Amino acid sequence: MKNIPVSAMIGLFFTALYFLMAIFAPLLAPYGMAEVVGGVWEPSSEQFLLGTDSIGRDLLSRMIYGGRTTIFIATAATLISFVTGSILGFLAAVSGGWIDQALSRFVDLIMSIPTLIFALVVLSVMPVTVPVLILVMGLLDSTRVYRLARAVAVDITVMDYVEAARLRGEKTAWIIFREILPNALSPLVAEMGLRFIFAVLFVSTLSFLGLGVQPPQADWGGIVKENKEGIVYGIPAALVPAFAIATLAISVNLVADWVLNRTTSLKGGRG
Amino acid sequence: MSDPLVKVRDLKIGATVYPPGEKPKEIEIVHGVDFDLKKGEVLGLIGESGAGKSTIGLATMAYGRGGVEITGGEVWVNGRDILQSGLRDVRRLRGGEVTYVSQSAAASFNPAKKIMEQVTEAAIRHNKFSRREAESRAVDLFTRLGLPNPETIGNRYPHQVSGGQLQRCMTALALCPEPDLVVFDEPTTALDVTTQIDVLAAIKEAIRDTGVAALYITHDLAVVAQVSDHIMVLRMGDMVEYGTTDQIINAPKEDYTRALVSVRSIKHVEKPPTPEPVLSVRNITARYAGTRFDVLHDVTVDLHPGQTLAIVGESGSGKSTLARVITGLLPPREGRIDFAGRSLSPDLAGRSREDLRELQMIYQMADVAMNPRQTVGTIIGRPLEFYFGLKGREKQKRIQELLDAIELGDGFQDRYPAELSGGQKQRVCIARALAAKPKMIICDEVTSALDPLVADGILKLLLNLQKIEDVAYLFITHDLATVRAIADSIAVMYQGRVQRYGGKTEVLSPPFDDYTDLLLSSVPEMKLGWLEEVIAHRKMESAGH
Repeated sequence: MKNIPVSAMIGLFFTALYFLMAIFAPLLAPYGMAEVVGGVWEPSSEQFLLGTDSIGRDLLSRMIYGGRTTIFIATAATLISFVTGSILGFLAAVSGGWIDQALSRFVDLIMSIPTLIFALVVLSVMPVTVPVLILVMGLLDSTRVYRLARAVAVDITVMDYVEAARLRGEKTAWIIFREILPNALSPLVAEMGLRFIFAVLFVSTLSFLGLGVQPPQADWGGIVKENKEGIVYGIPAALVPAFAIATLAISVNLVADWVLNRTTSLKGGRG
Repeated sequence: MSDPLVKVRDLKIGATVYPPGEKPKEIEIVHGVDFDLKKGEVLGLIGESGAGKSTIGLATMAYGRGGVEITGGEVWVNGRDILQSGLRDVRRLRGGEVTYVSQSAAASFNPAKKIMEQVTEAAIRHNKFSRREAESRAVDLFTRLGLPNPETIGNRYPHQVSGGQLQRCMTALALCPEPDLVVFDEPTTALDVTTQIDVLAAIKEAIRDTGVAALYITHDLAVVAQVSDHIMVLRMGDMVEYGTTDQIINAPKEDYTRALVSVRSIKHVEKPPTPEPVLSVRNITARYAGTRFDVLHDVTVDLHPGQTLAIVGESGSGKSTLARVITGLLPPREGRIDFAGRSLSPDLAGRSREDLRELQMIYQMADVAMNPRQTVGTIIGRPLEFYFGLKGREKQKRIQELLDAIELGDGFQDRYPAELSGGQKQRVCIARALAAKPKMIICDEVTSALDPLVADGILKLLLNLQKIEDVAYLFITHDLATVRAIADSIAVMYQGRVQRYGGKTEVLSPPFDDYTDLLLSSVPEMKLGWLEEVIAHRKMESAGH
């Protein structure tokens, strides 16, 4: 672990910080999530480090609990999108023929509808709970992962070593998980960092529009929504979650870059 | 005596390598090479891959490819040291005074522009000729290089001419601006033997007619013997031997040169056919899905246990397609295949695990035939696990036995393919095939990507293993020297048909049919004046014409 570049160190530090905050939210937050503890939009003070929000709740506690919700939803949605997207993508690439056609055209169909609008329509019909939110986001995002995974895998399936595995009589599952996956991992990991951030933005957007995480539950998009009127009066409460999203995005990508560098090495990373 | 055209003194070339996980480091890849080249002379640079021959060739244009940098020495061209010249001078030199012919014309031409435009570009850019002059010069060169329809071929796009023709167009491109020196970098290596000979003859004639000097870079001593006046043998960036072509070929002084000259030292005595062939291919006709013509017509061959059947032919003759049919990757339209006394299902899905185990395959490009993310131990161990259910200790032991059999010692189990040399990679592929204890192995051009001495080692290993394991080889190759070294029987393929088939001695003895004669006579021989002899005696025009 001593060869970690500085950029990755910074990224790792902040990513870890955010994730730890999310995990230990109840221990860290000075006040309860929905507890009204002060006046409306109080400036930051020793009592309220980041001030209070539009109805007098402690902003720092809201941010910590909100981060927990946002990061959890984004992580779960990204995992779902990667598992479904890459497995289906690899399957399409390995099978070819009508399976590939059917899957690819179906994905094209979904992708032709703008994601946000599609999500809004689905969520306005379905009950907006966290599992539904995760599922909708994950499945919609998996179309992007599918395209990438298929494109990467198509190049790999024509390699002689995949042919050799087929001639040996290996099953499709072995070919996907042992021959293709290790070689497709680098672009997928890079994409995962990016997709995670898109998921954070997406869930924030949905909450901002009122179809994401429902109040009194906090999440970063929701905090922006609740405090947006404050901007007009020069109150920075709405900018705090924006700043959190930005720093999280940058640090996750720094980590993804480093992982990418390590996994690209064909000598098991030991040079 | 006037000064030589090119004078290279103590040329040193370095490169930066980036070992993963470490700081980049500088290494020297050419350690001080000297040579002179007079006007109208041809110098052959010869050596295995990594010898630094291409790097030296490009240095005469003051160019280093990739991370390569010229670190010391002098390169004088036309009386000035080009390493000390400014950018403007170098620009005049490149493409004007010194031109370059690369190995793959197909990758070097811009597919979106017509050939004529690209052939004349350098001459016009360097203000050597007006467009009209350059075009008439190009047509003249096309004629001299023996291209069909020299008046109109320039109006075609690169994909509309054959590989051999495109290589000749590239020679025309290099000669068009009336350079003083042309660097030929393996110009015929990517071509079939029968095409190579035409291109070689055309290049030789063009050099003679135009009186340019040339550096001819190749790994094939027999080829360079035909065109060059002097030969320099290189190894790992050092000059091994330098002399006239006659001296290098007929009286080499150094051991390494002697090894290069006498490569293919294997003597293999043909075995008689047995009553029961292990593989019998009957009347196979096949075509690729979505096409309307047959790639294989009525192919019938037999392979006897413990023997080698060589399938010979140029690219496009259907050799590799035959391998795909036998392995079940391409079900044939007609015909049947019997293997080890039972009938093989035409497609892969219908074959039993035993069928798959007993029929293994080794590929041409060992680097893509192994999963780069698996260690050698995993690669060789998987067939053991898959076919025989070996685990743990037993598996380890068997892997080590196999590694010993392919003459790789301890410590290879945990290495990744990227940590192996080309020859070692091919050995690991052989071990993977052997691990299945097959009755038969298909070897698809297994030595063509390797340097001659390494290839020789692989062939010896294969013959040895054949004796020990009693495995039969179906050996696909375009290299007749390899065939002579290892085959028991030979099938010559041409345009999807078996042109000639029988025991080795029978196939390689006259009387020949026209195609076999062309193929056999096209294999470069290591003697002076061979090219002229062959061109004078040809019965049949090659496909490249």
